[in-house]
Order: sequence, then C-alpha cells, then structure tokens
Amino acid sequence: MRVTLVGVSHHGAAVELRERVALRHEEAKAVASQLAAAAGEAVCLSTCNRTELYVAHDESIAAEVAATSVLLEREPDLANALYRLSDEAAALHLFRVAAGLDSLVPGEGEILGQVRAAFEAGSTGAILDRLFRQALYAGRKARSQTAIGESPASVSAAAAALAQQVFGDLDGRRILLVGAGKVSEQAARNLLSRGAEIAVVANRTLDRATELAERFGSAALPLERIEDELARADVVVSSTSSPEIVLRREQVERAHRARRGRPLFLIDLAVPRDLDPAINEVDGCYLYDIDDLEAVVAESLGARRREAAAAERIVAEEAEQFRTWQASLDVVPAIASLRARAEEIRQGELAKAEARLGDLSEAERRAVESVTAQIVNKLLHLPTIRMKEAAAAADGVVYADAVRHLFGLEDER
Amino acid sequence: MAELLFWPALIAYGEAAVAYVGVLKRPQLATRLAIWGVRIGWLLQTALLAAEAWRADGFPWGSWAGALNLFVWLAVGAYLIWGCSPRYRLLGLAVMPASAALFAIAGLGGAAESSGSGLFVAIHVGLVSAGFAGFALAAALAGLYLWQERRLKQRSVGLLRLGPPSLVTLDELAARVSAVSLVLFTAGIALGFVRGHPLDLAVAGAVAAWVVFGAALLVRRELGWRGRRVAYLTLAGFALVAFLGLPAGHLG
Repeated sequence: MRVTLVGVSHHGAAVELRERVALRHEEAKAVASQLAAAAGEAVCLSTCNRTELYVAHDESIAAEVAATSVLLEREPDLANALYRLSDEAAALHLFRVAAGLDSLVPGEGEILGQVRAAFEAGSTGAILDRLFRQALYAGRKARSQTAIGESPASVSAAAAALAQQVFGDLDGRRILLVGAGKVSEQAARNLLSRGAEIAVVANRTLDRATELAERFGSAALPLERIEDELARADVVVSSTSSPEIVLRREQVERAHRARRGRPLFLIDLAVPRDLDPAINEVDGCYLYDIDDLEAVVAESLGARRREAAAAERIVAEEAEQFRTWQASLDVVPAIASLRARAEEIRQGELAKAEARLGDLSEAERRAVESVTAQIVNKLLHLPTIRMKEAAAAADGVVYADAVRHLFGLEDER
Repeated sequence: MAELLFWPALIAYGEAAVAYVGVLKRPQLATRLAIWGVRIGWLLQTALLAAEAWRADGFPWGSWAGALNLFVWLAVGAYLIWGCSPRYRLLGLAVMPASAALFAIAGLGGAAESSGSGLFVAIHVGLVSAGFAGFALAAALAGLYLWQERRLKQRSVGLLRLGPPSLVTLDELAARVSAVSLVLFTAGIALGFVRGHPLDLAVAGAVAAWVVFGAALLVRRELGWRGRRVAYLTLAGFALVAFLGLPAGHLG
C-alpha cells in the first residue's frame, strides 16, 4: 500500500482560499470516511493554516484523484495551490507538521493536538495508524529534545514568561486588570493559565468592568481607584483607550511603601500608553510596554528558528524509520506464505510418519514436534531477515518474487 | 593517597566549570555534564579531605592552603544543597569556575599541615569556614539577583534565553542561605571568644561581617526590605569577610 497526501497550506494559499476548504471536525470525519470507502484508509487534517488529506491505498492515481476532487469541489480556484506528496515525502511532511516545523510560528504547540484530533477522527488501518502514531511521537520528541517550543511566541505569552522571571511560580499572584477590553483580557488569560488570579478589574465604565469581573470571579473598580489596589497587586495589565496616562509614577511610589518590598510587574499593552514610563525607575517595579514585549517575541522566534535545525534532524530520522517499515510491508506477504508452506510441509511429514511414531510416549511426541518446529524456524530465520533488509534497500519486491518462484508460492498471492 | 585524589577532583571541578560556561550555548546538555562534574568532584574532594584528616595529628587544615581547600569543599557542598539543579545553572556559572580556581590554588599551595590544636580549634575553624562558605554562596546569589534585576529593568531582549531563576526565588534563597550561614558563623565566632582569641583585624572583620549579614536579615524581616538593597548588603558583608577577615586571619 502507498500513502498519498493532497493538501493546501498557508505556504501557497491565502486565507481567502484556505477558509473555503477548511473542514469542521464532523466534516473532516465524514470526508475521511468517504475517501476510505473508495481508497482504503484516510485522515483529514484541517486547521486554520492547512487542509490536508492523507490516503493509504493500492491504486495511487485513483486515490489522488479522489482526494483532489474533494478539495476542488469546495473551491475550484485552488488547483494551482494544491500540493501532492507520496510515501516518504508525505510522511516527512506530516512529521514536520506535527513538530510545528511547517507552522507560521515554528514549534507552536497547538498543531500536535490538531494532528491527534485528525487521527482520532480518521478512518485508519495499518498504514495510516502507524504513520500518525509516529507523527505524534516525532512531534513530542522534537519538542522534548530541543527548545523549539520553549520561548514565548506571542505578546501575551511573553508577558506571562516575563512575569515568571520576576515571581517564579505565578500560583496565587494577584492581577489588576486595567481596562476591560479584549487585549488585556487575552494577556490576563495567559497569566491565569499559569496559576495567577485576576483580583480586580478596573475600567472607566464600571458596568463593563463588572461584566468582565463576574466572568473571572473578581472585584470591579472604577479607574480612579486603582491606586487603592496597587498595594496588593503583583501584576498590572493595562490596555485602555485613554489618550492620557492612567497610572503615574507618584501613585506607584505611594503604593510601594505599603508593599514591603514586594516586586510589581506592569504590562502596558495600550497605544497611546496607559502607564507612566517613569514607573520602571521605581525600585522593585518592572514596566514593559507593547514595543518591549514585541522585541522579546522577535528574539524568541529567532531562538525557535535556530532550534528548528535540530528538530528537522529528529523528524528526518523518524521519516526514515517509517520508510523502512513501509518498505518491509512489500515482503511481509511473501514471508507469511513461505512460513505457512513450511509449516504445511512439516505437519504433512509428521502425519506421514505417524505410523512409525505410534510407540512414542506423549512426552517424546512433544519433543519431536518441538525439534521439527525448531528446524523449520532456524531454516527460515535468515531468509526472513535478509528479505526485510532487502525491502529496506528497495529490493524487497525482487526478493519477494524470487522467494515465491523458488518455493512455488505464486498461487498464494 | 591524598595527592592521588587531588587531580581527579580538580579535573571534575574543571569539567563542571567549563560545562557551566557551555550553558550559554547548549543549556540542557551542558547543565547535565556540569551537575555530574560537581557531584563527582565534591565526592573526590571529600575523600581527599578524609584522607588528610586520617593521617593528620590534630587539625589538618591549619595552613592557608588547607583552609582554602576546606572552604572550597564547604562552598561547593552548600551549592550542592541549595543550588545544584538545572534551574540554578547560572549560579553554577558564578560558583564553579571560582571554586575550581581556588581549589587549584589550594592544591598548588602544598599539602595539608596539622596545627596540633585539637578538637576545639577544629570545631571553631569548621564553623567559621562553613559560615563563610555559606556567605560566599549567598553573595553569588545576590550577584545573580542584581544581574537579573538589571536585565529586567533594562528590558534586555535576550532575557528569556538563559532561563535564570526568578528574582523572588533568588532573593528568598539568598536570605535562607544567609540565615543558616549566620548561625554557623555566630557559633564559630562565639567559640573563638570563649577560647580567648585575641581581638585583631580578623576578628574585627568577622564581627563587622556578622553585623552586616545580621542587619540584612533584620531589615528584611522587620522593615520588609527586599531585592536590590538586601543584595547590596549581602555583597558588602561578603566583601568584609573576603578582603578583611579571612586574609587577616591567616596573615595574623
């Protein structure tokens, strides 16, 4: 059986095209079933960056045509953006995808879960089951053995990582959210995922602050009273649309006395800025604005790209292993036939000798069974190994045909 | 026997020091190599000190080289207890190259000499040396704190690259190490006074360092001082011991 991949990704298709062939989970499942019914096995991987159909089949052209037509039926303009890969190249591509090497942000972690979800929703057999399991393994290995996924890849992740540089564990750290917009909420969510808690939401409009605070189970405050909360907060995340400074150095200095030396980390995501830049000069206060965070993200993306070379080596090794395994499948039927024929001969000869073995005790009979089985196994061991080795070196089909011819196995194909 | 142990221990410490420098390039591999270097080196040095103690008649580390050897063993031991983990690999960069260099100097300074002064001196010197080793580690932590704090203030773009411990962790660990070391140091100084040690420059330096470390812990506890100010106090206390107390103790 062969593996064919037909797909479209952010490399060759703009979002306007990709969104037309994007498949929801249930649709992906249905498409995989439909293709599997025609070809044998199929998995449909659809994310915001790609829609890819993996098919395992005996008839490569028919399978490719079927997979291509699934995508072109949804968007005829896609023809020039489609790519088609088979066998080893398809495996390497999937392993790179699972490792995040084909993503916009190298090493991003979400794709591994998406590959797993696609695998679970797919109609898999021996080939695609092995391919996707190995892809998941390769993705995990690339992340654990390199630092490709370690550094933050977004502004909110960078803010959270910097907060950890100040506090270490963020468990129980109190966040003061200034402004109730989406931007500050997103940054706060990243801190929340690392154990921090949103203690207070402050906003010019109290209703909006209350609405957001209720979602997080925190308190709401009008913007004028944020100084009251500064003494207790550990992290301040600010993103209001105010044209003026919302928090001044003097306010932070006043609160600092009550903080008994505890550090304060401030994130200013607003443009124009909400927080007085001079706050950074206050002892124990660390202020980062949007430019600072973007610089940190750019640096960490550079680090991810440097790690990508090591991750590429890992996925290439995995792809080679898959190729070897797939090639060994060419000789498996011949090996199975050979062993079945040998066993048939052994049983036949034992049956013929039954009359002469009549006087043997049960124990002696078991010994004869064992000895003959061992002889057959030893005779076939080396040819089996050699055929598998030949398969890995691409001569497998020739060897398999030779074995079938020499042992008269043609009828068992 | 003791001489045979010196070189393997020095090689292990040297390997750890070089590996810690390598942390800047290959953090994970270098950290693993460094930690094993520290562990093996410390075990070998322990065996070296045990061999010296076995053959000595009296306190075996009376010479400056012997005292330095003991100090390195205590400092690396303190580092093994409090900081020898991947999380504190940058602390290793501060501790191990200096420890390897001091150990080499101690080895070149000659064999251990017995002072013949007995158990009392051994306990006194042991406690003071242990306190001093702890202060050295606390100073390394304070130095690392100031470096990391400065990078955070300056918004260095490579801030996340080396993964140093957080400011709060460094601050708390330095305080804990200082507190334990101060107890040992206090006991050592008290024993010296009981024994009738004369009031000289070494004692003045030790007492001044004791006051500074004690003050740092007091203001931390009572006034809530944290971070930079306490780190400067810790470094000042260590400087007093390093540049006044210890050399004067051996010159006097």
